[in-house]
Amino acid sequence: MNSGPLLFLGIFATLASSFWGVVLVPQLQLGRQDQVTNPATFALYPQPRGGSAKQGAELYRSLGCVECHSQQVRGLGADVARGWGARKTVAQDYLGDYPVLLGSQRIGPDLANIGLRQTKASDLLRHLYNPQLVVPGSMMPPFRFLFETRKLNSDQKPSSEALEAGEPGYEVVPSAEANALADYLLSLHDDSPLYEAPVPRSAAEIANAGATNAVGTNVISTNTATTNPAPGAPAVTPPK
Amino acid sequence: MSAPASLSLTPERSPAVSATPVEEKRLEAPEIDASCRGPLLFVFTCGIAWLVIGLLLALISSIKLHAPGFLANCACLTLGRVRPAGINAVLYGFASQTGIGVLLWMMCRLGGTRIAFQNTLAIATALWNLGVAAGILGILGGGSTGFEWLEMPHYASSILFVSYTLTGFSTLSAFYFRREPSLYVSQWYLLTALFWFPWIYSAANLLLVVFPVRGVVQSIIDAWFTSNFLGLWLAPIGLGIIFYFIPKLSRRPLYSSTLAAFGFWTYAFFASWTGFAKLVGGPVPAWMASTGIVANVFLLVPLLSMVMNWHLTLRGTYPKARTDVTLRFLVFSAASFVVATLMNILLSLREVNAVTHLTYVEAAQVQLAVLGFVGMALLGSLYYIVPRLMQIEWPSARTVKIHFLCSAGGIGLIFVALTLGGLVQGFGINNPTAPFINVVKSTIPFVGLATLGQLVLLIGQVVLLWDFVLLLRRCAEPLRKSVVGLVLPGRLEREEARS
Repeated sequence: MNSGPLLFLGIFATLASSFWGVVLVPQLQLGRQDQVTNPATFALYPQPRGGSAKQGAELYRSLGCVECHSQQVRGLGADVARGWGARKTVAQDYLGDYPVLLGSQRIGPDLANIGLRQTKASDLLRHLYNPQLVVPGSMMPPFRFLFETRKLNSDQKPSSEALEAGEPGYEVVPSAEANALADYLLSLHDDSPLYEAPVPRSAAEIANAGATNAVGTNVISTNTATTNPAPGAPAVTPPK
Repeated sequence: MSAPASLSLTPERSPAVSATPVEEKRLEAPEIDASCRGPLLFVFTCGIAWLVIGLLLALISSIKLHAPGFLANCACLTLGRVRPAGINAVLYGFASQTGIGVLLWMMCRLGGTRIAFQNTLAIATALWNLGVAAGILGILGGGSTGFEWLEMPHYASSILFVSYTLTGFSTLSAFYFRREPSLYVSQWYLLTALFWFPWIYSAANLLLVVFPVRGVVQSIIDAWFTSNFLGLWLAPIGLGIIFYFIPKLSRRPLYSSTLAAFGFWTYAFFASWTGFAKLVGGPVPAWMASTGIVANVFLLVPLLSMVMNWHLTLRGTYPKARTDVTLRFLVFSAASFVVATLMNILLSLREVNAVTHLTYVEAAQVQLAVLGFVGMALLGSLYYIVPRLMQIEWPSARTVKIHFLCSAGGIGLIFVALTLGGLVQGFGINNPTAPFINVVKSTIPFVGLATLGQLVLLIGQVVLLWDFVLLLRRCAEPLRKSVVGLVLPGRLEREEARS
């Protein structure tokens, strides 16, 4: 190994193998994924985010929420049992995201399905303004700089969008940014049943389905497609 | 590969021994050091300053993890911005920058040649620091890209890339125009690092920021980038340092260069494939995670070969590590490398990963690899290189000792606290009946200990910075005297009269 060019060639070949295998092959396999039809609702999945939620995604990235919150329901561990999602998340769920923020730490809870757990924007806003108000003992930093505190005149009532959080005589009003962030959080739900990630049904649903058709007794079945698929809809069969 | 017998076993041969018929003989060490003096002192000063800045930001973010109200009313100081800013300051400002400096010095010494393109190098260093500063401010201002270790906005990362290309003139000519034809182990590692950094940095930035790929491939590329940034950019510099200094300081030839060659190729191949292991259990096809785990487990092979080589070289000279500052840092660094690599292998296994993934345990492992292994190797080599560049000794042995104890103690404390805290966190999250807030609360004492570790570590680096500034002042004393004598005649006499 005293020849510079030979050493260089060896290094080049070694590292090129890594670039080929870890960057190019995944792009070849996953890069051409597209929206699929949700067999239950026949809507395309995933849906692109609309205006305000899209701005909220930018804010989520810019404020570095990913430093503490992951956005992935793992197939390993107790993620599903914990209620962080009905199924594990798969590549399909992230098609519309930029940047994809899987996260590297769970200092706070996973947010892949926060839009299903928290359905009211006002609750999310209160949480952002002062997390300790909603979850006593929370270690999440407050985002008061996204809110405006206004002094109320003695006879003035708080405006309609004010939070139930301010001190008496003051009102706390979320900025457009705070509303966008809340809209983004509400838009987070990876719940569409997919061929590669079916949603397990609850026992009651299985009992109901079992009465009407025999196939539906699978504990893991994708959805209602077995009952009566609409003409032209792709047939989705549960994995064996 | 040529026959192992022709490989050099010591980092540098003395000029007299060299039997190769080269037209130009290798230069003497003092001459090489003198040529490195200006540009490298610039690099090292900035590197140490960024280390202090980065650790200060890391301390702030660690405090925020158990005191959420601390500095919370300003968007630019929110946890999600301070944390990546601190990490980027350490990775790019300190580790990469000081790494390039030490790499250049080793390349020149090993090749027996003067440093070339000094002015280009000075411009490149200025640009690099401009880029890092722009990147840190960009992150604090909300411009983060969101990709781990690539958070710097595109304007900052392009400055860094241009700067790196400029340093290439110096680094490559130190290799290409070497006067010592035989290559030592360290040069293999350094060449790998030199070549791989621009590839991963440009590819990741192009595919994630400039022309972003769609969907979860982004996360795969980011995992590929972070694992290679650590494993094949920073780590080869650290390994190059260890392979360079162990024979040199113990005054023994390297035990076996065949073993070193075997370890080098297996390491380069397997380490470059480990990126997938960061996605175990994640939303990627199963073969990817499995490939990553396999590559990780195979890292045991180069690890064993390196440890054998180091140990058999050092055997019997360990007591020397108590007296030799550089060797003491390097023994700590090598031990951290072993622990961090073993831990990385262990954490990728599915059964372990189910508990530890996305917890503080992984943060502890990265911390140990970046600061305990690479950082300590760089700091140790500074204790050897800087006095030779300046031709003055370090001001006091006591501050050097304080620096070592604070660094080792701080890194050790953070590592232990985060590992234990992460295990508590991981088992808590995996117990579906435990409310999440209870899991958070149970980790607080450990995070508090980690904050203490960050503080101790920061104090150590402030001591180093102080020492370094003293050295620089003493080094610049003749210059100051001549300038003062020229501008304010008579003042020097008055100063002397006073003292």
